[in-house]
Amino acid sequence: MDVVISQAFTGASYGAALLLIALGLSLTFGQMGVINMAHGEFLMAGAYSAYLTQKLVTNADFSLVLAIPIAFCVAGLLGLLLEVLVISRMYHRALDTLLVTFGVSLVLQQAAKDLFGAQAKAVEAPGWLDGQIPVLGYRYPLSQMFILVLAIACLAGMAALLKYTGFGRQIRATVQNRDLAETVGVSTRRIDRLTFFIGSGLAGVAGVAVTLITATESTMGSEYIIWAFLVVVAGGIGQIKGAVIAAFGLGIMRAFLTYWTDGSMAVVLTFLIVVAFLQLRPQGLFAVRTRSLA
Amino acid sequence: MTDTMTQPIEVSAPPRAPRRSPLRAYLPLVGIAVLAVFLLVIAPAALSSFRLNNLGKYCCYAIAAVGIGLAWGRGGMLVLGQGLFFGIGAYAMGMHLKLEAAGPDAVPDFMMNFGSGVLPAWWEPFRSGPFTILAIVVIPAVVAGVLGLAVFKRRIKGAYFAILSQALTVAFAALLVSQIKYTGGQTGLNSLSTFFGYNLYDPVNKQMIYFIAAGLLVVMLLVTFQLYRSRFGELLVATRDAEERVRFLGYDPANIKVVAFVIAAVMASIGGAMFVPMAGLINPREVSALASIMLIAGVALGGRASLLGPAIGALAVGYGRTSLSESFPDQWTYFLGGLFIVVILFIPNGLTSVIPKAWRALASTQRTRTKVGEAA
Repeated sequence: MDVVISQAFTGASYGAALLLIALGLSLTFGQMGVINMAHGEFLMAGAYSAYLTQKLVTNADFSLVLAIPIAFCVAGLLGLLLEVLVISRMYHRALDTLLVTFGVSLVLQQAAKDLFGAQAKAVEAPGWLDGQIPVLGYRYPLSQMFILVLAIACLAGMAALLKYTGFGRQIRATVQNRDLAETVGVSTRRIDRLTFFIGSGLAGVAGVAVTLITATESTMGSEYIIWAFLVVVAGGIGQIKGAVIAAFGLGIMRAFLTYWTDGSMAVVLTFLIVVAFLQLRPQGLFAVRTRSLA
Repeated sequence: MTDTMTQPIEVSAPPRAPRRSPLRAYLPLVGIAVLAVFLLVIAPAALSSFRLNNLGKYCCYAIAAVGIGLAWGRGGMLVLGQGLFFGIGAYAMGMHLKLEAAGPDAVPDFMMNFGSGVLPAWWEPFRSGPFTILAIVVIPAVVAGVLGLAVFKRRIKGAYFAILSQALTVAFAALLVSQIKYTGGQTGLNSLSTFFGYNLYDPVNKQMIYFIAAGLLVVMLLVTFQLYRSRFGELLVATRDAEERVRFLGYDPANIKVVAFVIAAVMASIGGAMFVPMAGLINPREVSALASIMLIAGVALGGRASLLGPAIGALAVGYGRTSLSESFPDQWTYFLGGLFIVVILFIPNGLTSVIPKAWRALASTQRTRTKVGEAA
């Protein structure tokens, strides 16, 4: 029983990190039909931002909190740059953006390796995240709980932004019907850039979060990106609700499968489960109902 | 928009289809012949044994690339995970050669070190050469067939398919690393000594293996040429461009896609199998997502939808990788990344599309010049 609870919580924290990455992916994919393979490198940029912030501030208690907005901006600006320079030129070739952004991801990975060295960097966890909190008899590490709380906070912020602000309304309008949104005066170009900024920024925040559970290195993005894509695929594209359920579902499933078998077997099994799941629901958990044939 | 209401609509004659001589359809055969002469006559005469062996490895990539051209260029399926099938072929061949190296009734060395020292039952059949050759064709075909049916019948396509195929490759590579008892883990299968009884280090045998690989590439190109000319080839392009119309015409696009995917998988597997005797080893790095992406890079560079483009692109990328990573190991990644960005952004149809265009432009300027000359 203890094992079940501990694995469930470990999985939930991993799922929370996945959710942060997948939110941005799901947004940009849903709105622009663009697959951004460099999204994982925005996560890496966020993690290195946390590392650099710690180097500069030196006070670990304070630097992690400070790193969150910094990472958001760094990753967001990188995303914005990518959108303006590359992706905006090829909106009519969605599948090709996947390859171009893969190229960008290779370049960014190598650049990080050259800048920070091939060795993994450790970001020190702040002292106030040192303890554990007893939940249902399991001593839940505060650092893992922090990831969960951070993800929920970002999710709530995102949902509020989409629901209550003018920007959010415009984003939703663009997702639902781009042409119609444009006709009523929404600058979809501007909205695209904004969405890309926010989506990439969230990956940066995720990067700060995962410094608490993994080492910071140049290839860390490619590890998470596949999982995040599986979340998006299983949850349904452009669906926050689906992304939440899929992220926690996959995260917890991964924890249990890793416990019962091993890390790589867990990847294989999860993949097979996702393919089997897509047999039941080819559009993911929640599909936008449409009469279009495509 | 409003002008069209008031102005009379100009009816222009439909653009005349370019006149094509029936001989033009056979033009790719000339290309294949030129490539064959280069690979089978010029290269063996001109290159040192070491360079020839390297060229043979690029030929293996090219065989896989021809399949990618078929699935991606003609079929519109972005197969991001061909490393999986390359790996299946390579490991099947590797297992056979490893058992050959161990000798009859013996167990491969790594199994003594990491495993129980007993040959697992599923390794046993790979002692047989014919079984191995059969496995190299049948296993990827079955895997691709099952996966293709599961995916395409449910109309999962585009990016979804690309992501799934890549995830599968990542999973496969991770599995190879972790199942060290059966696969040799990170080091893979190495210290091979013979190829179906022939010593791998004998220069004559090495050349023979090169000829098999290069010959297989030429054969694959001929097969693909015939496929592109067939009804199947037409249907494949039609499915790529307008899947719904194909469906309305009474075909099942899923079946067409599955067939193309299976052919591509078998080609990748054959390429992988021939790669092993020339490299002398196989390890998970050759199977990884990055290896798969390199194959895609070659196809994109050469021209995804053309017949020769993928093969030539793969040869070029293979050569570029060796020569660049010899001198600047780190810069190679920048180069590969930059290649993707530049090629996909600016020349999406690859280099083979640029050359005829440039040729036509050159020819037309010459024609106008002669016309001007006549007028004067």
